[in-house]
Amino acid sequence: MDFSIASILALDGLTNGAIYGLLALALVLVFAVTRAIFIPQGEFVAYGALTLAMLQSGNAVGSVWQSLGDLPGTVWLLLALAVVVAVLDLLQLRTRGLPLSAGLRDAARTLAMPVIVLVMCWFAGPRDWPLWAQSLLTLAIVTPLGPLVYRLAYEKVADATVLVLLIISVGVHFAMTGLGLVFFGAEGFRNPPFWDARFALGPIMLSGQTIIIFAASLVLIVALAVFFDRTLRGKALRATAVNRLGARLMGISSAAAGRLSFSLAAFIGALSGLLIGPTTTMFYDSGFLIGLKGFVAAIFGGLASYPAAALGAVFVGLLESFGSFYASAFKEVIVFTLIIPVLLWRSFQHGHEDEEE
Amino acid sequence: MTKTLKPLAAALVMAFAATAATADVTIGISLPLTGPGSGLGIPMKNYFDLFPKEIAGEKINLIVLDDASDPTKGVVNAKRFITEDKADIIMGSALTPVAIAMAPVAAEGETVQLAFSPAGLPPGKDHWTFRLPQSNDVMAYAMVEHMKKQGVKTVGFLGYTDAYGELWLKAMEKIAVPAGIKLTGVERFARSDTSVTAQALKLVAANPDAILVVASGSGAAMPHKAVVARGYKGKIYQTHAAASRDLVRIGGKDVEGAFVVSGPAVIAEQLPDSHPSKPAAIDFVQKYEKAYGPGSRNQFAGHAYDTEITLKKVLPIALQKAKPGTKEFRAAIRDGLETMGRTIFSHGVMNWTKDDHWGFTNETGVMLKVVNGDWKVE
Repeated sequence: MDFSIASILALDGLTNGAIYGLLALALVLVFAVTRAIFIPQGEFVAYGALTLAMLQSGNAVGSVWQSLGDLPGTVWLLLALAVVVAVLDLLQLRTRGLPLSAGLRDAARTLAMPVIVLVMCWFAGPRDWPLWAQSLLTLAIVTPLGPLVYRLAYEKVADATVLVLLIISVGVHFAMTGLGLVFFGAEGFRNPPFWDARFALGPIMLSGQTIIIFAASLVLIVALAVFFDRTLRGKALRATAVNRLGARLMGISSAAAGRLSFSLAAFIGALSGLLIGPTTTMFYDSGFLIGLKGFVAAIFGGLASYPAAALGAVFVGLLESFGSFYASAFKEVIVFTLIIPVLLWRSFQHGHEDEEE
Repeated sequence: MTKTLKPLAAALVMAFAATAATADVTIGISLPLTGPGSGLGIPMKNYFDLFPKEIAGEKINLIVLDDASDPTKGVVNAKRFITEDKADIIMGSALTPVAIAMAPVAAEGETVQLAFSPAGLPPGKDHWTFRLPQSNDVMAYAMVEHMKKQGVKTVGFLGYTDAYGELWLKAMEKIAVPAGIKLTGVERFARSDTSVTAQALKLVAANPDAILVVASGSGAAMPHKAVVARGYKGKIYQTHAAASRDLVRIGGKDVEGAFVVSGPAVIAEQLPDSHPSKPAAIDFVQKYEKAYGPGSRNQFAGHAYDTEITLKKVLPIALQKAKPGTKEFRAAIRDGLETMGRTIFSHGVMNWTKDDHWGFTNETGVMLKVVNGDWKVE
């Protein structure tokens, strides 16, 4: 190993680490606010990358019905989830003690976004929009899936134990992977790069996509910091994370906080998918392992500290890249074995803490 | 409708067969028609729908059941074929784990199993099991011959960490190393990896004459691109699992000039006239595409076609010895498969023997080159 090889490996590790870092942030956020270990986080990565791939391969000609059939399956999933949520809400009007007019208004609000997205997709389908517009559309499709998943799977049992929420997460993960297979098929896709440039920097070739990954990660981290620090909603999320009961006594809805955290998680997942889509071949089930590595990174921060999770992500990325160089057959083993010493170190440092149940 | 009718019809046929004592040849076929393996099973079922009604003067009674890509279901199907349908031959499944689970049932019932997947069974356990797909060794042979012709002396290996990668590594060690080709590096990766930069870096640093990528379908493009991106200028080889349109679709211009080994069935028209399988492959493709549209050809449907060739050859041999529906007939089929000798399949030249139930000869594999986004036979 000389300096040039080391620097190429480091760059590769940092690039992947940036993605793991974003996912780790989302995992920490969701866990802090809802106490759910969000295993399906990785699925949003795959959904993001593959929805864009589907939009890319949209047909240019065809009847109205044909162009509707060409839409990515995720659009229909979004609509279906919204309809289910709206119907469930209406059925529970009586128990919630709301008049019908308020219920209908709620349902309309739930359905508005998916319908707008559907119409936009249908409009964009044959028009061959530029890549950045299709990417925005992808974010608009995948992000609303987050709160809908929360409302359908988690909200009713928000006060259940961490274990129950974990088991629900496993179920959601399998459902989303299976649906991914239906929507996108068994074969993989590779998206076109957003910026097809290459810069020689000493021994390493810096590709435009790598720069975009770093820039997008940084911008997102800064934006999240500002959001948590300066806005009312962000502060409400932080309050819920610190103490659910206390926050509720102060008039912060924990359900709204949960939905918001899931929206952010879905957004971060979809964005990560868009970022790595051009650098690798994505399959319907690729997201799981990527999400799991984000989870290992989040463990560094004990699922509570954002900076520690980000550092953990960089470490996981570097370890993975150097591990593949020295012993590629054991790469996954090296990364996932790492979790054991980290857990040991954390439990020695903090001792045993009772979970707030 | 047809799904429910078929077993019913089969049962009726069986009932009549029992009373009238006219013996049909009964074949039980278990295929993954649903679940993750359905992409393999459905084209096979399509071909079985075109199957002749009569072979060697005997009526052929096909019973196709869905095993839902599930080994347990495959075992249940195999048991049903033996105890209820009194099948003379069992076929299936298209998925390796299911086929392996069915093998002991077939052996216990002393019924021949024609497996549509490269089911690796321990020695002695495949007494009743014959395989239709090519083994990796046969494919590696064609590849190593091509490497020798190209003057390749050193090869870097970049393969899946799963059984497929392992089998190819063993095949290369067995076939390439004695041929004087050295493996300069062995690197592994998983299909879902986001990057193989490190592995590519290490392989390219050794600068071998060729790099072999062992991966399947669209998963084969990512490592290929990574090797090219590291400035590798040598030859890049791909295995038969990568011989699909997906390699070119995802790899684009980076896979241009790659060498891919393939079975002969799906590239029928392009086969050189010297390849023994050319007529069978063309016959298969024409029959199948006439029924299911141009471009619908499929490797697994080709295996179904090959069972037809097998039956046409082995049934006359077995019928001389015993009547269908008997234990002796089933044994005669088994012996017949071992002794029927060189048979031209759409997928290559088959020669099952007592010790080799894989059977394809080294004439089978064909080397292709990616030229302008299409296959060209080398």
